This record gives sequence, C-alpha cells and structure tokens, in this order.
Amino acid sequence: MTQISRDDVVHLAQLSSLALSDEEIQAMQTDIGNILEYVNQLSDLDTTGVEPTYQVTDLDNVWRADIVDDYGVNRDSLLALAPDSKDGQIKVPKVL
Amino acid sequence: MSRIADFIGKNARQNVLDALQRAADNDQYHAILNLTKERAMERADLVDKGEITGRLAGVPFVVKDNFLAFGAPTTAASKMLEHFDAPLQATAVEKLEAEGAICIGKANLDAFAHGGSTENSAFGPTKNAIDINRVAGGSSGGSAVVTALDIVPFALGSDTGGSIREPASFNGVVGIKPTYGTVSRYGVVAMASSTDVIGCFTTNVADSELVLDILAGLDRKDMTTLVDFFVPEKTTKPNQKIGLIKEFMSHDVDEDVRARTNEYAEKLRAAGHTVEEVSIPIVLHTLAMYYIIVPAELSSNLARYDGVRYGHRAEGVTSLAELYGKSRDEGFVTENKRRIMIGSYVLSSGFFDAYYLQAQKARTLLINELNTLFETFDVLMGPTVPTPAFKLGENTADPIKMYLADIMTVPASLAGIPAISVPAGLSESGLPIGVQLMAARRNDAQLLSLARSMETT
Repeated sequence: MTQISRDDVVHLAQLSSLALSDEEIQAMQTDIGNILEYVNQLSDLDTTGVEPTYQVTDLDNVWRADIVDDYGVNRDSLLALAPDSKDGQIKVPKVL
Repeated sequence: MSRIADFIGKNARQNVLDALQRAADNDQYHAILNLTKERAMERADLVDKGEITGRLAGVPFVVKDNFLAFGAPTTAASKMLEHFDAPLQATAVEKLEAEGAICIGKANLDAFAHGGSTENSAFGPTKNAIDINRVAGGSSGGSAVVTALDIVPFALGSDTGGSIREPASFNGVVGIKPTYGTVSRYGVVAMASSTDVIGCFTTNVADSELVLDILAGLDRKDMTTLVDFFVPEKTTKPNQKIGLIKEFMSHDVDEDVRARTNEYAEKLRAAGHTVEEVSIPIVLHTLAMYYIIVPAELSSNLARYDGVRYGHRAEGVTSLAELYGKSRDEGFVTENKRRIMIGSYVLSSGFFDAYYLQAQKARTLLINELNTLFETFDVLMGPTVPTPAFKLGENTADPIKMYLADIMTVPASLAGIPAISVPAGLSESGLPIGVQLMAARRNDAQLLSLARSMETT
C-alpha cells in the first residue's frame, strides 16, 4: 500500500486549513493511504503525448460587456451572513 | 406514482397542503431537512388568485439543500452552513418559480454532496423509500426519496459523479443528468466545477423532459452554460444502435442487476433497436480518475469556508490559523475533510504530475474513446449501480467500498455527456434496480425520447 506518514497527514491538514484531532489524524493516515493506493492504478495507463482535459464545455472564451450587473444582492444582506460585523464591515478576532 | 399533470389545474393551496401532509406522514425517512411552508402557502395563494401562472402552476416540488432558496436555510447538510439564509435563489429555482412551481422543502444530502448514501449528512441519513433499513443512495438521497414516496412529483438534484443517477436507481425513480452546461449552476453550492451538473428526479421520463425544458438555457451568471439546445423530441429515432458495456456486466456485478439489465436490452431489441456488447476497458479506470480530479477541484471550491465571511465560526480562537482550522474542522464532516486532504495531496508540488496531470490525461483518453464509440452507437448502456441499495452502515467504515458504488456513473460525469437512470424492475428481494443510458453530448432530447418510448413497450 502507499505509505503516507503521520507527518505527511499533519502537513496536508495544515495545507487544507483543518485543525484535526489526534484521532482524526490517525484515521486519515489509513484512509488516505488506501485511497492513494487505489488511484495509483492510473500509472498503468500510457498517456504519452496525450493532452490533459481541464473542462468539457465545448466553449472557448466567453465574453461579456464590461458593465456592472445587478445581482439583486445588497451589502446589508451579505453582511447579515457574517458571523460578526461592525460599522458595515466583517469583524474577525484579533489576529496580530 | 403521481405525475406532474396530476397537480395541474388543481387548487394550489390544496396541492401544497397535501404535499406537506405527505412530508409529515413520511418523517421517518428523514428525506427533508427543512420545510418552506410559509413561503409555499403564500405562493400557492398567488397561484390560486391567478397572479402566478405557467406550465407548472401550483405544482409542489422539493429541492436538494445545496440549492440556494428562500423560505428555509441552505445548509448543504453541514454544520458549516446550518444557519445560512440564502440572500438570493439559484437560477434553477427561479426558473421553476417563474413557471408557477412551488418549493415546499429542502432535501437531505451527503454534506456538501460528498457521498453516495446520504449517510454523510451532518443531520443524519435519509432512509431508502422501499426498505427503511437501507440507504437512500446519494448524494441527492432526499430528493430521490421524496419523489419515490410521492411526496412531490419532482425534485431537483445535483450530480457530480452519479449523485442523481445512483439514488434514482436505489429508489426506483427516473434521474437525469443532462449534458454538462445544460442547466445553470448559479446559486448551487459548488463541489467540482468541471463535472457539477443540475438535473431532476421524476416518476416518469416525460416529466423529466418537461422540467429539463424549463431549466435548460444560457445564464450569464454561470459562464459554462450552453445556449438552450434542449427541445423534447416526440418521435424516437427507430433502429438505434445501442452498446451494452461489457465491463459493467462482469461477475462482480450483482446477479439480479445483470438480469434486469439484460431484460431491458431485450426490450430494446423487441422495439426494433440493435443491442450489442461493447468493450471499453478504460471505464474501469474512471473511478481512479474521478477520485483525483474531483477532490482536487472541491478542495479549491471549499477553501471559501473559512469562518470569516459566512458560515460556521469557531469560538475562543487566538490566531488566524486557528480560526480557519477550527471553524473548518467543526463545520465539515469526515468525508469532506478526507476529500479536501486528498485534493491538497494530488495538487501539491511533487505529486501534481503523477496524480492530477495523469488523471486529466487519462480523462482525455476516456473522452476520445467515448467519442469514437458514439460515431457508431447512438446510446451506451449498462446498470446504473453494481448493486441494489445497501444496508445503512454497511459501507461507512470503508471509503473505497463506498466509492465503488459510483463506478458506473463517473464516466458520463468526466466526459460531460448526458446520462439517465430509469427503473428496470426489482431484485429477488424487492429492491429497485436502475439501468443507465448514455448518449453523446447535446443528444439529451433523443436519449430521453428513447427512455420514454421504452416505458410503454
């Protein structure tokens, strides 16, 4: 199986902004290892000279006029969604 | 089972009251997270006064709770968005409302649509409509179950790798995932942007055609949408050439599932079509592509849930990293975290080429192979899922086992082609089994026409 170390899992959690508990880290080490082992089968496919596919829209660039759209959403309704706000701005805990 | 036509021209208030009563009577299935009762009654009264008209005037429906809609929170079945009141509605919901349809509630799903059983809902699983000890399928499990239980005649879902087709198969209803870009995703919680598709559940194909006809079309708020190409096709093309995918009929697949699929193929032959076995070896690798590409995309899409602008924010944090980390740890379920971390892994430097780039190249091989086949075949078919609905809790301990339920539905997702799951009978023990039909991009109308013609033969 693809070994992924505990340190790798801790690093991935940091990259993913996830503060995992010790139990979660341990479980993830097993699960992620198994999933990587499963997807490793793709290395058997010969993709020499094959272009990657990033999207399947059939569309090229989609342009629109550079004018402001009214999406029917105002500042107050968006601020109301914030966990905390003050004076028309989103408030976060002190971080510095 | 009820049809949309049963609700047309009736008293809208009564339609809604009856649907709400059926929802209450079926509470034990946990298919609906929140009802939108107040707003539904207001809209029903406007329909009855003739102030709202349209092709779906007074018809109740349910929408998967990852669609923004007024009248109840949009939770995506997560703690992250448990109290999120949408400031706008999804384009799909707006289009249905413009035709007079009335949303009565928000359906349960796997949190953020990550899963194939609805067991990943932060608020508890939905139960299968036929056997309450079994899973509803997922991620649009609630939408499938409300349709199968006749609570409403249709429901909206989203399908990223099978999330409409798999629960449709498990509950004995019709589920359609149209061509990528057919329906606007504006206002739907994003999962994997290159495969996310909006579709619907109905009890019969004609109703799917009606709903899709209303939903399809360009939306400048979703730049991936296509100019409306979907016009329901009354006449089914005769003598179609249909390929039965050999890899999906192996002995690993449940015997009853194979038997019902073969019977469906026989029915197609009896209707004058040709069905022949076709081998597509690469489809067996598609699930591996999917579980690289989709986690990569969703890890980016879910980066927005940071506890700052909206959604859950952890208490008592002392640093910015802690604010992000704890809010996300508390707001996401295990499967969300697993997929985000897989995504971070396959996109990280050193692994990008081996995983993400290789998967996107393999995706090209799959698409090329399917395109070549569609030069000869009108339709490709096989079972929708390798088994009937499994038992609640049966696969929760093993993510890979859970993922394998998607093996037959992911090819259409990665290729962006239309696919429909239609009921094809029952297993020996009475569980629904679905057959999947797939066609080339933009051939949705002909695909649905074929599926409809088979309902009556």
